[in-house]
Parts: sequence; C-alpha cells; structure tokens
Amino acid sequence: MNRPTTRGRWPLAALLLILALIAGACGGDDDEPTVGANAEPPATKPTFPQGTAMAALQTKGKLTVGTKFDQPLFGLKNPVTNKVEGFDVEIAKIVAQAIFGGTLAEAESKIEFVETVSANREPFIQEGKVDMVVATYTINNARKERVDFAGPYYIAGQDILVKSGDTSIKSVTDLNGKKVCSVTGSTSINNVKEKAPQSDISTSFGTYSLCVEALADGRVQAVTTDDIILLGFIADNPGKYQLVKAPFTTENYGIGMKRGDDAFRTFINDTLEKSYGNGAWKKAFEDTVGKSGQQAPQPPKVDRYTAGAAAGSSTTTTSTTVR
Amino acid sequence: MAACRVSPVPPLQWFGATYVELFRNAPLSVLMLLFVFGLTKAGVGPYSFFASAIVVLSIYTSAFLAETFRAGINTVAAGQAEAARAIGLTFPQTLGIVVFPQALRTVVGPIGNLFIALIKNSSIASVISVLELSKRSNLLIDQQGVSPIPVFLGAAVAYLILTLPSGFLVGYVERKVSIKR
Repeated sequence: MNRPTTRGRWPLAALLLILALIAGACGGDDDEPTVGANAEPPATKPTFPQGTAMAALQTKGKLTVGTKFDQPLFGLKNPVTNKVEGFDVEIAKIVAQAIFGGTLAEAESKIEFVETVSANREPFIQEGKVDMVVATYTINNARKERVDFAGPYYIAGQDILVKSGDTSIKSVTDLNGKKVCSVTGSTSINNVKEKAPQSDISTSFGTYSLCVEALADGRVQAVTTDDIILLGFIADNPGKYQLVKAPFTTENYGIGMKRGDDAFRTFINDTLEKSYGNGAWKKAFEDTVGKSGQQAPQPPKVDRYTAGAAAGSSTTTTSTTVR
Repeated sequence: MAACRVSPVPPLQWFGATYVELFRNAPLSVLMLLFVFGLTKAGVGPYSFFASAIVVLSIYTSAFLAETFRAGINTVAAGQAEAARAIGLTFPQTLGIVVFPQALRTVVGPIGNLFIALIKNSSIASVISVLELSKRSNLLIDQQGVSPIPVFLGAAVAYLILTLPSGFLVGYVERKVSIKR
C-alpha cells in the first residue's frame, strides 16, 4: 500500500497552487509605465497651442489609452511579450504619433495601455483614468450623453460564419429554414429571430467556440454574432470557415474621450482622416484584422457631430446642453 | 457492471473498476461535451443532442448504480453464495437467482436517491443545447423578459413534481421488499 505517500503529496500540491495564485496576482502589476518624461524629442515633433489637451499630453510625455485586453484582432494582450496587440492598438499608435511625432514604434512607447472592459469605459473616461478609449467602442446616443466620440474608425456589425465554400447563405434572410447557432441569451440570437423568423435557433451554447465546433460537425449551417468575433475564429482556423460579409446590424467603433473638449476631438478626427488618406489606416488594418484573410474595407466617414446635439435629444440633461 | 466487479475473472474486475472510476469521477458536463464534440472528431455521429444527453446520463448514472449494487451484493452473507455454488449453480446463476434478489432489498433506498439525482442531473444537458427545464427557464428570463424569481420557483416546483413521486415510489417498493423483523 502506498497510501501514506499519496497523502503526503497533497500539502505540496496545495502549496504549489497557492504559489501559483500569488504569482498570478502579482503578474498584473508588472506593466507600470516606464516612459521617461524627458524622452528625446523627435525631429518632427508637432507643436500645439498652449492650453490644448494635445500640448498637455506632449508635456506629460505619456498618453493613457483604455483598450480591451481580451478581444482577438482588436486588443489582445500577448502573454509572451506582455504587449497589447490589435487594430485598436494600431489606431492608438497613429493618434500618439500625431501628438508626439517620431515613428509609430516610438509613439507606442509613449502609450500606457489600461485594460477597459465594456462596463467600465465611460467611468474610466469620466474619472480621467484614461485620456481616450479605443476598445471596440460602439458609438450610440446613450453613450454620447456621457462621453464624446471621435471617428468612427471602423464599422462592425453582426455577420454570419459558414463553412468554406458554402454559397447557400448570402444574407441574413437566407437563414430562414437553416440551423443557426449563437450564445444562449445573446442579443445576436434576438437579432436573427427578428430578421429571419423561420430560422432554427434551437442550438445554442455557452460560448461561441462551441458554436463553431457545431458548425464544423455539420450540426448547424451558420454561426452568427459580431463580425469581429467571427473573424477571430477564421484567423484561428485558416481555410475552414468564411464570413458571409452581409452585416445586418451596424456598430460604429469610435474613440471615446472626455466630454466637451472639441479641440481634442477635432484633432483626433483630423488624425484619423489623415490616416485614411496616407495609407496608415489601411496598413494598421492589414497588420491586424487583415491577418484573418479580410481585405481592408473603405475607411468609414468621420462623424463630426456637434456634442450638444446628441444630448439635445434627451431634454433632461440640461447641464450638457448649455454649451 | 456490478457483476463484473464481483466476478472471479480479473479482466472483468478491471473492466468494471475502470468503467466505474472513469465515469463517476468525470464531471457530467465534461462527459457531455466530449460525447457531443469528441465523437464526431473520431468519425462517429453526429447524434442528436437529445440522444447524446440520454446516453451520457445513462453511462454516468450506471457507474453510480454499479457501485450501489456492489455494496448491496457485499451485504449478502458469503454463506449464501457458497451454498449456491455447492449445489452446482454457475456464477451467473448464483448471482442472478440467489445473491442479487437479496442484495436488491438493501439498495432500494440508495437507488431511489440515484434516480432523483438523475432527474436533476438532466439540467446539465443544457450545456449541449438540449432545451430541458433549466434552459427553458433561462430563456424565459433572457428573451421574454419574465422576472427571474417566479421562473426559478416554477422550475423548482416542476422538478419537485418529477422527484417527489419518485421518492414515494421508492418508499413503497422499499416497504414491499423489506423483511419483517
């Protein structure tokens, strides 16, 4: 009988588990900013009028950007390099370059990325924890009452994932009579129910990866949710799946910032438009989302809305309509 | 399976032990996902989600049942089996005619427990997209906007409607087969 030795290992296993937990907890604090305020100014350093946010950021030498750390292709923290990678990151780099000058790589060294999840983006902006948020951040009127948006810099939407070579589904209405999978209780399912009432939505799982497994096994003919999530699956399984490319909802991704700083917003909108013109936007797309086999689309038109107008739709927010 | 574990043939014993330890120690949700998505990778299926759920629940519960029966068989005095073998019965006959009926008597209660657990374990089938009671309740809340507490209470009552009669039935059978002492 070797019972006693088996029992003797348990405290060791428990100790290892505790150590692992401690190591995991400490790991999160490693990404402190290492940027010195007196970094060598590049030759092409732009100048801004005193008192603008751009001038203040330049003096500070650091741009704090909220982004997602868990969104493949857009903002994903690489566990090996500890760097955040994706299209949102590239957009932030383009903005940082416009503020600090120099190369994109130099601009990246001036950015401090802070993880923002969907629920904390507005509070982080309002409390000044971040200078801006580039985090698959959909522009909508409710949010416009709390923060301002530059952009959009990308238009996402709910799309359909099918097996490669499947041409029977060309739009959402083709889902009628077909088996479609999405995550249990998601808004994606409700959208399909609305647009294709005859589709069979009885198959649903807790995660999208199981839906994709069901698609691979032929249990369903399509998986539907936001295209950026679907693109991640295409990138992970090259050649197996394709996007129908007929989005039936519209999500305009914008850059969120503190309300009321129109000069800063105009500056970022100008920067975005410049990047559309000089190919920087296209390169940012091809280096990130494009790796999933997507061609770079036409960049979206920047929406220079008047900040008061959005809040004006709801007459109760008097403090913001004064301007 | 219980017969395997008490049989005199070592390979059968090993088979029974492996089966029991494998299926009673793996989480039910993992077994279901493996059955649904693993088998197709091996070129088998796909079977419908509902059929898969029934098969996995059966495999899982039978592992527990086997252990319960084995415990029951072990309560039967060794003299019974020895006497049966002495009058020339084969091992299957000994087990089937002499030992098992006596064992059944002691395990009716535990089997009732397992049956109730089986009914409640059916809620795990929601992970493989089977629209059972729990999943339907969640859909009511998520998609129809029904407030959650009444739905959960309703689901609890529905489970009770299934499990309470099972409990009564088990109690009845238990009284029926028990020896008057």
